[in-house]
Amino acid sequence: MTDTSLDRGAESLVKPDLSAARIRKRHRAEFRFKAYGLFAIAVAVAFLTLFLGTIIVRGIPGFFQTYVLLDVDIAPEVADPSGAGTPDSVRRGNYSVLLRDALLQDFPDASGRTERRDLANILSPIARFNLQDEVVADPSLVGQQVQEWFLMSDDADRFFKGITTADMPADQRRLTDQQVAWLQALEAEGKVETRFDWNFFTVGNSAEPEAAGMGAAIVGSLLTMMVMLILCVPVGVLAAIYLEEFAPKNKITDIIEININNLAAVPSIVFGLLGLAVFLSFFGLPRSAPLVGGIVLALMTLPTIIITTRAALKAVPPSIREGAVALGASKLQSVTHHVLPLALPGILTGTIIGLAQALGETAPLLLIGMFAFVQEAPNGILDTATVIPVQIYSWADQAERAYEAKTSAAIMVLLFFLISMNAVAVLLRRRFERRW
Amino acid sequence: MTILIVIVAIALIALAGYLMGRQRAELMAASSVIHSRPGYHGAFIAMWSLIAGFAILLFWLIFEPAISRWLLISWLPAAQQALPESELNLVITNILNQLSSGISIGTLSPEEVAAGERYQGFRDAASWIMIFVAVAIALAAGWLAMRQLSAGFRARNRVERIVRVAMIVASTIAILTTFGIVFSLLFEAMRFFTRVPFFDFLFGTAWSPQTAIRADQVGGSGEFGAIPLIAGTLLITFIAMCIAVPIGLFSAIYMSEYAGPRMRSYAKPLLEILAGIPTVVYGFFAVLVMAPFFRNLGDSLGIPVSSESALAAGVVMGIMIIPFVSSLSDDVMNAVPQTLRDGALALGATKSETVKQVVLPAALPGIVGAVLLAVSRAIGETMIVVMAAGLAANLTANPLEAVTTITVQIATLLVGDQEFDSAKTLSAFALGLLLFTVTLALNFFALRIVQRYREKYD
Repeated sequence: MTDTSLDRGAESLVKPDLSAARIRKRHRAEFRFKAYGLFAIAVAVAFLTLFLGTIIVRGIPGFFQTYVLLDVDIAPEVADPSGAGTPDSVRRGNYSVLLRDALLQDFPDASGRTERRDLANILSPIARFNLQDEVVADPSLVGQQVQEWFLMSDDADRFFKGITTADMPADQRRLTDQQVAWLQALEAEGKVETRFDWNFFTVGNSAEPEAAGMGAAIVGSLLTMMVMLILCVPVGVLAAIYLEEFAPKNKITDIIEININNLAAVPSIVFGLLGLAVFLSFFGLPRSAPLVGGIVLALMTLPTIIITTRAALKAVPPSIREGAVALGASKLQSVTHHVLPLALPGILTGTIIGLAQALGETAPLLLIGMFAFVQEAPNGILDTATVIPVQIYSWADQAERAYEAKTSAAIMVLLFFLISMNAVAVLLRRRFERRW
Repeated sequence: MTILIVIVAIALIALAGYLMGRQRAELMAASSVIHSRPGYHGAFIAMWSLIAGFAILLFWLIFEPAISRWLLISWLPAAQQALPESELNLVITNILNQLSSGISIGTLSPEEVAAGERYQGFRDAASWIMIFVAVAIALAAGWLAMRQLSAGFRARNRVERIVRVAMIVASTIAILTTFGIVFSLLFEAMRFFTRVPFFDFLFGTAWSPQTAIRADQVGGSGEFGAIPLIAGTLLITFIAMCIAVPIGLFSAIYMSEYAGPRMRSYAKPLLEILAGIPTVVYGFFAVLVMAPFFRNLGDSLGIPVSSESALAAGVVMGIMIIPFVSSLSDDVMNAVPQTLRDGALALGATKSETVKQVVLPAALPGIVGAVLLAVSRAIGETMIVVMAAGLAANLTANPLEAVTTITVQIATLLVGDQEFDSAKTLSAFALGLLLFTVTLALNFFALRIVQRYREKYD
């Protein structure tokens, strides 16, 4: 004992630094390795922050729109050329002239065709339809003067939101110097207001970014998700119960199982091809309809629901089933009366996760024609419709810069839905999770 | 509307059947011992009503459009019936549009109007007949089921058998989906390969899917060589993997070997958020932030970078895949038995040495499987590349140039209206078949590897 310890002591006397140095080196390597790991997580989290930060910063202006206060003289000869005073006759009035004249009242010095056109262009092309709708609804307004807020054009809107500024080159801010001067004058008079745009959530798509909303897309998404849930949940849960509780262990069940696992990893666009070839071209279902979208998404989500439901069923201990069977329940009764209620939170969680996955899916829906320009919210599952992610894609594709804010705002709405759904799933899991 | 009426009617019949059956069984129970509880007697009747009613509805939904159309054609003048398929379709579409919205191209001939009215009349009548038939059949089925009820009737066993059949049908739907995918892709791809030889498609180096509208058009023959698309897909996938594998793997190592439960409970959900963000959002991010960033970086270094560079799309796709790699490898490493780690630590290895020399080698097959799954995911990813990668098929290995991918081409070929016989449209299905085969093979092997690995330590 003493001898050996002496030997060791002697050895360490010969080269004492080397082992200490080696240990230091190994500890440094250890430290570096750990740092790589932390760094990797930090990078991922940094990307996430950059990501959400960019979307939020760019998206918040998309929820607001700028309006201008105008005194409009609804001159009878312009608003109602035939003088009949009926809704039909006032519909034929030239409302862009009325609005231009109202602006000219504020800026009488605008002269020449170009300048007057530039002046009219600080208003949205939609503004004249709003005025028209109002006069058609109440023809007695003809001949009166009304003071009202009108939607401004996307370029003026971006100027007031500070996205473009007066010292930018004119082609970048897409406003002439004269227009900028007018806008500043209007602002100085307190005739400009940027307000929260509730229309964004209620109206459909528009060719003008300042009037475009995602209401139609939200309704389309709701209908599509409804179809998907109705088809997918019963089928998925039944299949999972069969595979987990009843199926005999044989080749066929193995094949079904492998098949489901592989189906879960098939690229989503392939489901779009399936929908196009089978449901649109073979069965002749209508293009762009929430019905077809729902079917395609249901087939795509089915594996997710089956897999999560099976996991939830597997988590229920066999003693529950045995207890039920011992008391005389049939196999099916033991499942429906005991196992299923216990597995329900897990099944719900899986369903919500599948739903969230389907809600964000774009590619298959593009192929079945949900990339449509939809102005009106769909009335049923056979109507032409679009969904939120496809709306995002089509806005992201637009050349006009004003759509950038709209796209980001729509993304925020979509992420809001997804985050709330996932939060519900997490809460369900926390609230009802049972450890056996 | 018709369908809604039928569904509500059948549901009401089933409900009534359930209540009646249960009541009868309760009456029987008062006088004698019954085999099954009353609810099962009711459910037996309700189920047969539902099955019969919905079978009729389904039958009608599948065959009615074809029959109506066939009748409409037979009511048209003989001269029009003899028209070629495509012109006949135009005539029919025109009539249907006139009926549904009152809008038609040109004016319809009196015969067409008459045929359209007869068609409309037939469809109205047919839908009413269907409602009555479906209701009658549902009632009849319920009545027949009711007649079987008796004290000794094994209602529960019968109901359970029906439920079991329903469960088996439900679990075959996944198989049917796979068959549907395989057959629809194969069928359309075969039609494509009759126009473009298989090997020209697989090994051709030029892709420009423009087919001539007029026969004498210049360059209208269209070239369908998939090599540039495959190369572009692989290039972007490679870039994505260069981002996702190191970051994902190191996060997984940290998460499973170093992080305490507190850290895990924060970091894991954060990474999972990355997986939950829809791909269209990643695509927008790539266009909005990544592409300008790389272009400006290239400008300041004097290197020309395309605004649709493979690099931007690849990097964003890599970010998307990080959680995929990390959570799968995390699972795999957690499955490595603690005893292996303890052994290495007991021999004096540091933690990182344990990871590098014991845990990683033991987990390697599983990690390879995870990476393969991630590769298949990257190959099949669509929205990021549709938005951020190019459309023109360049055969290049330079990540700063624009390339296109298989999925981009499928999406661009099929978005919007398409005719179903052109080589252009059909080529998308051939590409889909290629994509499906490749990803299926990758998934199959990856899943096998992961599965076998799991069993090893179970």
